[in-house]
Amino acid sequence: MAIDLKMPALSPTMEEGTLAKWLVKPGDEVKSGDILAEIETDKATMEFEAVDEGTIAEIVVAEGTEGVKVGTVIARIAGDDEAAAPAPAAAPVVAPKATESEAPAGTDAKAQAAAAIAPAAAVKPAADPELPAGTAMVSTTVREALRDAMAEEMRADDRIFVMGEEVAEYQGAYKVTQGLLEEFGPKRVIDTPITEYGFAGIGTGAAMGGLRPVIEFMTFNFAMQAIDHIINSAAKTNYMSGGQMRCPIVFRGPNGAASRVGAQHSQNYGPWYANVPGLIVIAPYDSADAKGLLKAAIRSEDPVVFLENELVYGRSFDVPQIDDFVLPIGKARIVRPGKDVTIVSYSIGVGFALEAAETLAAEGIDAEVVDLRTLRPLDKETVLASLAKTNRMVVAEEGFPVCSIASEIIAIAMEEGFDHLDAPVLRVCNEDVPLPYAANLEKAALINAGKIAEAVRKVCYN
Amino acid sequence: MAKPAAPRKPRARKPAATPPQVTAPETIAAEDEATFALRSLQQAHANNKRFDASDEELLKFYEQMVLIRRFEEKAGQLYGLGLIGGFCHLYIGQEAVAVGLQSALKEGHDSVITGYRDHGHMLAYGIDPKVIMAELTGRAAGISRGKGGSMHMFSTEHKFYGGHGIVGAQVPLGAGLAFGHKYRDDGGVCMAYFGDGASNQGQVYETFNMAALWKLPIVFVVENNGYAMGTAVKRGSAETHFYRRGTAFRIPGMDVNGMDVLEVRQAAEVALEYVRAGNGPVLMELNTYRYRGHSMSDPAKYRSREEVQEMREKHDPIEGAKQELLKRGVTEDRIKEIDKKIRQQVAEAADFAESSPEPQAGELYTDVLVGTY
Repeated sequence: MAIDLKMPALSPTMEEGTLAKWLVKPGDEVKSGDILAEIETDKATMEFEAVDEGTIAEIVVAEGTEGVKVGTVIARIAGDDEAAAPAPAAAPVVAPKATESEAPAGTDAKAQAAAAIAPAAAVKPAADPELPAGTAMVSTTVREALRDAMAEEMRADDRIFVMGEEVAEYQGAYKVTQGLLEEFGPKRVIDTPITEYGFAGIGTGAAMGGLRPVIEFMTFNFAMQAIDHIINSAAKTNYMSGGQMRCPIVFRGPNGAASRVGAQHSQNYGPWYANVPGLIVIAPYDSADAKGLLKAAIRSEDPVVFLENELVYGRSFDVPQIDDFVLPIGKARIVRPGKDVTIVSYSIGVGFALEAAETLAAEGIDAEVVDLRTLRPLDKETVLASLAKTNRMVVAEEGFPVCSIASEIIAIAMEEGFDHLDAPVLRVCNEDVPLPYAANLEKAALINAGKIAEAVRKVCYN
Repeated sequence: MAKPAAPRKPRARKPAATPPQVTAPETIAAEDEATFALRSLQQAHANNKRFDASDEELLKFYEQMVLIRRFEEKAGQLYGLGLIGGFCHLYIGQEAVAVGLQSALKEGHDSVITGYRDHGHMLAYGIDPKVIMAELTGRAAGISRGKGGSMHMFSTEHKFYGGHGIVGAQVPLGAGLAFGHKYRDDGGVCMAYFGDGASNQGQVYETFNMAALWKLPIVFVVENNGYAMGTAVKRGSAETHFYRRGTAFRIPGMDVNGMDVLEVRQAAEVALEYVRAGNGPVLMELNTYRYRGHSMSDPAKYRSREEVQEMREKHDPIEGAKQELLKRGVTEDRIKEIDKKIRQQVAEAADFAESSPEPQAGELYTDVLVGTY
């Protein structure tokens, strides 16, 4: 039986090509792998190999013909006995037609997707747990709260291990992992060499293989060496595998400006990671949120980037003394209720926002402060509800202004809160420069309560 | 990289200047010992090169290699017809590597991970050709539900962990899988494949260091097919003997002919015995050749047609296995029967891949996250 040879597509974008040269003629015997013709695409001249065995029966498109569309029959092979025997194998693959008729989602899948399918309605995140009456509050540093979260989870699940530079014997570069080696031993608290790309990959592979790694970066500045594994390996593989390849891993460490350490050690990566579907991004401010959200992050089936802040590690806040204090991921928190204006912030910015709110209160402006806590998925509902109440909004972010979380909040306000706005939303971010070392310049570049208060006065037209 | 201040250690006093010394004999002896440790597996392989396969075993290897060859040829054909899109890297010519090595593993117990040229490794691990082909055509029945494509396929059931598109990324990921085997103490090993091109990625050496330091149960396999896309090995690598590249990390190396399935299998026996005994990683270099371009859109003008023909005619792993079978007295008919069966199987896979429907539009939004938040 005859086999049609069709003009092949030889690159992802090829639609037509030139049949430059035939290397066979009618009557020639060909077998799999023989080169039949040379075909010119817009990029290169490619060799066209035989897949089936048989005799060339006919050359349909002469050599030198330009603009031959992909799929055009260019020659025919008379199949030999063996090739003809299993009919489906030798039969020409008449593809596009069959595809269209048998695949209802076929060519207009995009249109259908746009028209009929939207992401499943977001499940409303659970509220923070109600604390039993009389729950004792214990003043705890953020550093201790993070350590307690890891220790509690490690006691409950032996698949969890902590890995990073200086996490074990040194007790943590910033002492966040203090005491973990003593309690859990070197099998579960593992010092790595200075090799971020490598251990981020090993952690990700271990998560794919069923363990639950907590990978500490000494700072997120160094995680740029490892960002390929966070994004390409950890965030995308579940999707690319159709849901087979889980990656329950936490990447954690300090993020943002510290103090006088210069531009390479002072950057907020929140917007970078929040840009990527497949990741959870958490950036807590106080000790209770640090503990409750790190526990939730470790329990999550998804890869989590957990952004801490060095300047906040030593601050003390109340943490409820209950057995298993876990907070919902994806839920913002109103840390100070108010009626005149909303200040949205996260991480260290929340402290500045609260300070600004106190100043403003003395001037008769009652500011509501919203702590996003999770940057991805972002709790739009809480932000929009606050905007609907106050009609004015400022976003405060310790980070670069361009393509920031603040930019995203403003976009949400425009798209979904426009009717509630009495003034343009303003953002208060760091200056758009690499962070300088000199004390005066560094201070000038960073956000502070004064800058936030000034922006609030503007949106309140005061 | 700044680190928080650590308590300063008293500075060691500089040794007084000494005249250059001739290396003491005992130092040389110690070095010889280290060299021996690094070469001992190569020596063991040299002493007994070929796996003593039964006829049935060799027939099985032959069948698996033919399956990969015919599958890849069909994939190339479907690509030409526009049924497969994007990038598609074929394994034709390298079949003996995946078949020889993975036949020595315990399927579903030992982990396998590789790069983007992954169809052959999946077929060698017993994964159904239908769901692989359906992934290539981007259909709902594909092993990644049509959302991964040629370079991104996985089967956690078979402990096949991909299928990774970023060159070299699979090496630390593989070490992570090996870390898991050791952590759980389940006796499993990970086999991590990468190419001569990926061998120049920095993360490979970060991984060598930690794998050796922690004695992870992993076999690093460099499939040296001579070309990193269009760059010949000697144009891109200062050390072209890749099996030596673990030396700095005390990882023993093995230099293996990747065109003979029985040599590959025997080398795997040596490597796995060492790794399973808790000695840490082995680095195997499998010298092989890809007959096709780097991907479907590569015209492969960086090498001569004669070079390719020479490999095909004189070193083809499938032809080699076939000649060996005939020499052993296996009948031509028996071999033809296998060929026919495989053609049928591949044709069925192609039919399945062409006729099964594309993913439902709603699949666009599934599998982004596992949890709901």
